[in-house]
Amino acid sequence: MSSCHAPAEVLVEEPPAPVVPGAKVRFRTVALIGPPNCGKSTLFNRLTGMRQKVANYPGVTVEHHSGKMKSIGRSDLTLIDLPGIYSLATYSEDARVAVEVLTGKMPGVPVPDCVLLVLDATHMNRQLMLAAPVFSIGLPTLVLLNMSDQLEARGGKIDTLALAKELGHPVALISAAQGKGLDVIPDFLLRAGSKPDDGTRPLQLPILQSAASCRSWATQVTGRTKYQAPAAALWTRRLDSVLLHRFAGPLIFLAVVFAVFQVVFTIGQPLSDGMGTILTNLGAHAALALPDNWIRALVRDGLWNGVQSVLVFLPQILLLFLFIGILEDSGYLARAALIADRVMRAIGLNGKAFIPLLSAYACAVPAIMATRTIENKRERLATIMVAPFMTCSARLPIYTLIIAAFIPNTRFLGGIIGLRATVMLSLYALGFLAALITAKLLNSSVMKASAAPFILELPQYRWPTVQSLTLRLYDRGKLFLKKAGTIILACTFVVWVLSVLPLHGAQFSDITHSIIGHIGHWIEPVIRPLGFNWKIGIGLLSSIVAREVIVGTLGTLYGMDPATHAASLQGALRHDMTIGGAIALVVFFAFAMQCTSTLAIVRRETNSWKYPAIQFTYMTIVAYVAALVTNQVIVHLF
Amino acid sequence: MQVTALSNAKVGSAGVVERIDLPEEVSHHLAHLGFLPGTHVEVLRRAPAGDPRVYRIDGVEVGLRNETAKHIFLKLAKTQTKDAA
Repeated sequence: MSSCHAPAEVLVEEPPAPVVPGAKVRFRTVALIGPPNCGKSTLFNRLTGMRQKVANYPGVTVEHHSGKMKSIGRSDLTLIDLPGIYSLATYSEDARVAVEVLTGKMPGVPVPDCVLLVLDATHMNRQLMLAAPVFSIGLPTLVLLNMSDQLEARGGKIDTLALAKELGHPVALISAAQGKGLDVIPDFLLRAGSKPDDGTRPLQLPILQSAASCRSWATQVTGRTKYQAPAAALWTRRLDSVLLHRFAGPLIFLAVVFAVFQVVFTIGQPLSDGMGTILTNLGAHAALALPDNWIRALVRDGLWNGVQSVLVFLPQILLLFLFIGILEDSGYLARAALIADRVMRAIGLNGKAFIPLLSAYACAVPAIMATRTIENKRERLATIMVAPFMTCSARLPIYTLIIAAFIPNTRFLGGIIGLRATVMLSLYALGFLAALITAKLLNSSVMKASAAPFILELPQYRWPTVQSLTLRLYDRGKLFLKKAGTIILACTFVVWVLSVLPLHGAQFSDITHSIIGHIGHWIEPVIRPLGFNWKIGIGLLSSIVAREVIVGTLGTLYGMDPATHAASLQGALRHDMTIGGAIALVVFFAFAMQCTSTLAIVRRETNSWKYPAIQFTYMTIVAYVAALVTNQVIVHLF
Repeated sequence: MQVTALSNAKVGSAGVVERIDLPEEVSHHLAHLGFLPGTHVEVLRRAPAGDPRVYRIDGVEVGLRNETAKHIFLKLAKTQTKDAA
């Protein structure tokens, strides 16, 4: 993919500029900007390392990454990562955010002192179109031509000196993926920071609002500087002729998805089991240090049992995100979108809905925020309404728990395909199907389809970098642990308290006669036909807060019941549930809207309680009916 | 020179963009991907379902549905000449 004998030294070519000694400006904030797919995030990760913060800009849903530029020895400087945009023309919210940050009008974000403009060196004619509007803002700018390795390997040429003279700004060739040429950045920051901006640039800028004029300017610049575009990426073409092949393409797509689930089970399950053993022992040992009274009971039976039942799923969640990361970073996900577009259109969803829906596999909350890129209001609403049906990672704990407990580890077709992975994949398919049908219903009744276009850039295939994958896993893991330490901990605490009260003298209630036992038995008639006992019912109630909570609640409830106290949660469930009830439970979770964060974000994005209320009611009814049918069918068939 | 809608051009054929009849927002986005009058475009492949199709424009590969591509018109090149710009 890359030439290994490329010379490592890279020069910053500076246009002649007057140097006024003594006029030092102290830099604090650096903005990073570039078009989509230019390798900006890779560079951002390179420059800041693991110490980045993610936040939302006030009033908008565009995410805001910032971090100290520690990796280049400038931890005094904050790097702000702006959204990937083609131009500063304010058709999209992303572009509006970028303009506001660059011009210092974004509340809470300091005015940037200078700009790092990242462009993909292999497509200069197109990428330079963003340079003109960025220069016009008037901040000191370093132009970083990324993917120098690709450019060289495929025989392209750039005269950085000529380009720097033409643009009136320093220019450098870098490779963010390989970490080459990055030493120009601290050099530039030093020089630009110690030199007052004279404000006069020898630059003729095009009419900024016109794409055609920016384009012809860019073409003239590349022409005058004798830019040679590299040859087509042969490997990408060759791979695409297989991966987008009429028959092989969809089959490979399915095989890839299946392989991911297979690995989540075959590698993830033993890891989770091992982690479970370690956590149980840890809890048992730690409990000995506590006084043998209600405190030990609370910590061990209440909190630890609940939280550790959720924690054990960390390896599987991380594995899933590792694969999603590889697929996304390699460029395969864009091909998947192309393959899936036909299905999306058949149900009347915008092609643009594919990306939010895909990210809903991680979590519906960012997915619903991402729908802001859909201009058409009704299509956006349709996407918001169906997004929570996509199988988010919060469903993974209950899915893997039930599957590991009830589905035998049978393999067929010579051991390639496992039954557990098949069931898991079916659950994902079920959620997707529910989303499709709901979208179709919305489309043929309330909302009519419109012709918003599907425009998808297919990036070249790239090797995912270890650094970017590590960062994804780190982010995900942190989020998961945080949730386990806050929401899940709090819920298991409440469940524990309610399951020991009321006190009989100085004695705890036994669980069936506790408050929670009464609540559970009171709702049991409603859920009995679904094959759920009262403990599952309490799990369902508590998981309205967040889906993972059910696992924590069940861990606590079964841990406190003398009959199942000694067994693992899997064993306890096997002892207490029929296969019909177990399958009905995962089916219920495939459809139900058990997530207050999602409801809150739908309320915020639609500005009304109407839609979250409709969504909650609709999804709960679908979940109830589907679970009922599942249980009844299994009971009567087997 | 024959002018045809991009959606009608065969896979493997190439030409120069003549005009784009799409709303401002869409054509602005397309322009930044390279779809501007005078640019060389090549029909690269079809998605497995036949639609969308993938076009190579100025070194970039872009997937478009036929419903969008039918509003982009190009002058078909008789022979496969390379980008003259």
